[in-house]
Amino acid sequence: MTRPDTDLHDLSLVALAEQIRQRKVSAHETAQHFLARAKAHDALGAFVARDEAVTLAQARAADERLAKGSAGALEGVPLAHKDIFVTRDFASTAGSRMLHDYRSPFDATVVTRLAEQGAVTLGKLNCDEFAMGSANENSAVAAVGHDKPQPVRNPWNMDHIPGGSSGASAVAVAARLMPASTGTDTGGSIRQPASFCGVTGIKPTYGRASRYGMIAFASSLDQAGPMARSAEDCAVLLSHMCGPDLDRDSTSLDLPAEDYTRSLGDSLKGLRIGVPAEFFGAGVSDEVRAAVDAALAQYEKLGAVRVPVSLPRTELSIPVYYIIAPAEASSNLSRFDGVKFGHRAAQYTDLADMYRKTRSEGFGDEVKRRIMMGTYVLSHGYYDAYYLQAQKIRRMLSDDFQQAFQDCDVIAGPVAPSVAWRIGEKSEDPLANYLADIFTLPASLAGLPGMSVPAGFDAAGLPIGLQLIGNYLQESRLLNMAHQFQLTTDFHTRKPQGIRT
Amino acid sequence: MSAQKEQEHGAAVTAATPKALLVRGYEVVIGFETHAQLSTQSKIFSRASTAFGAAPNTQACAVDLALPGTLPVMNKGAVERAIRLGLAVNAHIADKSIFARKNYFYPDLPKGYQISQFEIPVVQGGDVQFMLDGEPRSVRLVRAHLEEDAGKSLHEDFIGQTGIDLNRAGTPLLEIVTEPDMRSSAEAVAYARALHGLVTWIGICDGNMQEGSFRCDANVSVRKPGAPLGTRREIKNLNSFKFMQQAMDYEVRWQIEQIEDGHAIEQATVLFDPATGETRAMRTKEDAADYRYFPDPDLPPLMIAQSWIDEVRAAMPELPQALRARLVSEHGLSEYDASILTQSKATAQYFLDAVAAGGQPKLLCNWITGELSRRLNQEELTIESSPIPPAKLAWLVKLIEIGTVSNNAAKTVFNTLWTRTTSGVANLVAPMAQLTATATVHNDAHKREILAIVEELGLGQMNDSSALEAIIADVVVANAKSVEEFRQGKDKAFNALVGQIMKASRGKANPAQVNELLRKKLA
Repeated sequence: MTRPDTDLHDLSLVALAEQIRQRKVSAHETAQHFLARAKAHDALGAFVARDEAVTLAQARAADERLAKGSAGALEGVPLAHKDIFVTRDFASTAGSRMLHDYRSPFDATVVTRLAEQGAVTLGKLNCDEFAMGSANENSAVAAVGHDKPQPVRNPWNMDHIPGGSSGASAVAVAARLMPASTGTDTGGSIRQPASFCGVTGIKPTYGRASRYGMIAFASSLDQAGPMARSAEDCAVLLSHMCGPDLDRDSTSLDLPAEDYTRSLGDSLKGLRIGVPAEFFGAGVSDEVRAAVDAALAQYEKLGAVRVPVSLPRTELSIPVYYIIAPAEASSNLSRFDGVKFGHRAAQYTDLADMYRKTRSEGFGDEVKRRIMMGTYVLSHGYYDAYYLQAQKIRRMLSDDFQQAFQDCDVIAGPVAPSVAWRIGEKSEDPLANYLADIFTLPASLAGLPGMSVPAGFDAAGLPIGLQLIGNYLQESRLLNMAHQFQLTTDFHTRKPQGIRT
Repeated sequence: MSAQKEQEHGAAVTAATPKALLVRGYEVVIGFETHAQLSTQSKIFSRASTAFGAAPNTQACAVDLALPGTLPVMNKGAVERAIRLGLAVNAHIADKSIFARKNYFYPDLPKGYQISQFEIPVVQGGDVQFMLDGEPRSVRLVRAHLEEDAGKSLHEDFIGQTGIDLNRAGTPLLEIVTEPDMRSSAEAVAYARALHGLVTWIGICDGNMQEGSFRCDANVSVRKPGAPLGTRREIKNLNSFKFMQQAMDYEVRWQIEQIEDGHAIEQATVLFDPATGETRAMRTKEDAADYRYFPDPDLPPLMIAQSWIDEVRAAMPELPQALRARLVSEHGLSEYDASILTQSKATAQYFLDAVAAGGQPKLLCNWITGELSRRLNQEELTIESSPIPPAKLAWLVKLIEIGTVSNNAAKTVFNTLWTRTTSGVANLVAPMAQLTATATVHNDAHKREILAIVEELGLGQMNDSSALEAIIADVVVANAKSVEEFRQGKDKAFNALVGQIMKASRGKANPAQVNELLRKKLA
């Protein structure tokens, strides 16, 4: 076999898949390379589960299919999944003590679909407990190579957080531990870590990817999506993640799967980019503002036009989200009661005591905080004032977007008001964490597709992301828009220099 | 459902009170909530089987166990059955209804919430009609909503521990809620029987009360006539008609005694103990949980298009009420007979098949509700498995009608037919379905079989008037005293003579003919 010219880990997903398809490198060699690389970078705390034997067996099976000529589109490509997706081959913990060592008897639909295309699983990736967090400081599970839980580290500066909740999914891609990974986004959990780690990530329209096998946080918001180093790689992966799953997920859209690479060559001439004034208010750092401005200027060079639009209820998306998501979470997490699976307190006096101890021990502080908030807003006498009111505003937020899309084709702005903050900087201040979600929440609440595209760095060398929001089912337009940008910029190809191994 | 019940019970404008059946000066007010288990093959939100009686936890799939990552998917069959009920009770079927989560912790509730319809149920309004003491009655329904059942906690089988069986978790239920329209325990039981008959009639529930397929909760309160509704207590899980009545009667007495003793009734949920015949409180209003209902984000609103309703309507069987009216108008039965025959679909079908085979309707009705049902009950058989198929009974009845056998003799023939069929003596032992399917072929066979028995047992009616006249002449001579008394105006004496004549004919004389000839003789 001819060795590829570049290091395998520097190849894009598309390029690596091609090398494997042409049998310049075997799936087995590829898996070995990435397993070794993962091990060498365990200081990042990205992996919570790895099993060489499982991964290499999958790789050998991929090589056999390659030999037989029955290879799938992702044959032999190594990936890893956020530990929110349940898998048979690895424990599925959701970053929680509650599910320490939990083994699912089935794979999530997204995992199955990628495996059907021949993808090889390197392991499971750390995340905030039950996907609740914006910094990946809330995992209660010790990462591979660590003896106790610790925050996941940003490869651009290991003293900084990677964002969350799909923090490790972004870290693993940025640090070139794999060409792409899966994440989930409830209020920005793909877009914000992608922005903080300088990678590309997309959350599709709500209902486009099956939620079956995703450990539920907030059912009306949770969506799976890919994270990779380019829009093109995201487009390939997303094509194989999405599609109807009507027998397993009632919120799955009854629309055939799409090839999201189909628009990647389209011109941006005349494309109207809506720029909401509300995304550029006080609180947005100057460097973020400058990077987003420069990106918009670059789009103008590509033939697009800027259109001012308004999303007047942007600020309200914070209270609305922090009512609806905890409300759903408080109910979704009721099943973790120590009766059927997961953690159960060792000693208890009666049923109530068993529940109390099991849940007190099993859940971390942020999860408990959200269960309490959610329980409160659904309680008798508060439901109308909080939950119902939030639902009404949620509808208005969606209407605001439709209003804006009358005047533009896509909406652009920053992903987050700042770059990645230092580990511990906001960990004692949940409210500061919540406020940092302001620009990703609106698209989540409206169920719209949203994406993060690397668009620059601050003076300290930390990445800045540009957010693109499309109307329903406009994923391929967003991906092409990001692709055109990446054809003329190099932010997405830069390598993080801050990794200490 | 506590909050909602409160609303329903408190705000309800009660129907015009029927002729008051006061108990010690109190009017009884009863409303019902019935959980009918829907007869789907699989569960309401998963593909696991609903079959009863499997080994614990063998019919609970990942969704039923609430494993992380699982999601509910609506079983269309359960919705279709809800539509059937809605059509059968003339209710509004919501084009859009909502599933909510009822949140509470209990070990046999795997998700920590039950999926149930709360604010917008699939079936709204409607009424159930039935007969009570020969009078038509109607009970209004508030709603019927779809929900999933919980699992079972087994406290008895483990010492100091509780076993959990999740086979039942996710079984589809339709909860049918009435207005507080009933004014006596007898009326409430009649309602429950009518509803039971209806859900089995339209095939949405197997009606098996022992297995818990049809469970009733009775909301009972008492008041002085004209007073506002009293505080109610809810008797849970009544799964036999007998206990239902006992429980409500006890509860009514208990409440009246409490009030008479100056105690206020406290809202509570109570259980009936068949061993003691008493109800005892399980929990009071203070313990009422806050269920934190909210729309289930995993399930979009349930949409029912008019075309689906039309499809279901087209496939509906004739409803008991319509059939009852037809039995009166077409077959000349009394309202009472018609209501008895339409208590179950199988009985009604048996009757219709027998009529189709040529039996006289009124006589058939008497035989079905009399001898046949007596014998079926005695042998604990259902009418579908009757050893005497409808066509055979039709022939027996026809032979009575044309005077071949007397009614009494026919009973002997019936019992002989029964015994021979069940003991395998008869040459015609075939399942009823098969017999009715080939009715014309077998009709002659039925006739021959019956006539053979009549012949064999010498049960043929004496229709030869000269032979009968000879017997009458003998009896008149031998009973001069009775003849004398009759002539003095004692009707009893006439009956005594008829009896003697029947005896002398060894039961074969036709009583009508005896009457006629004897009167002529004594005239």
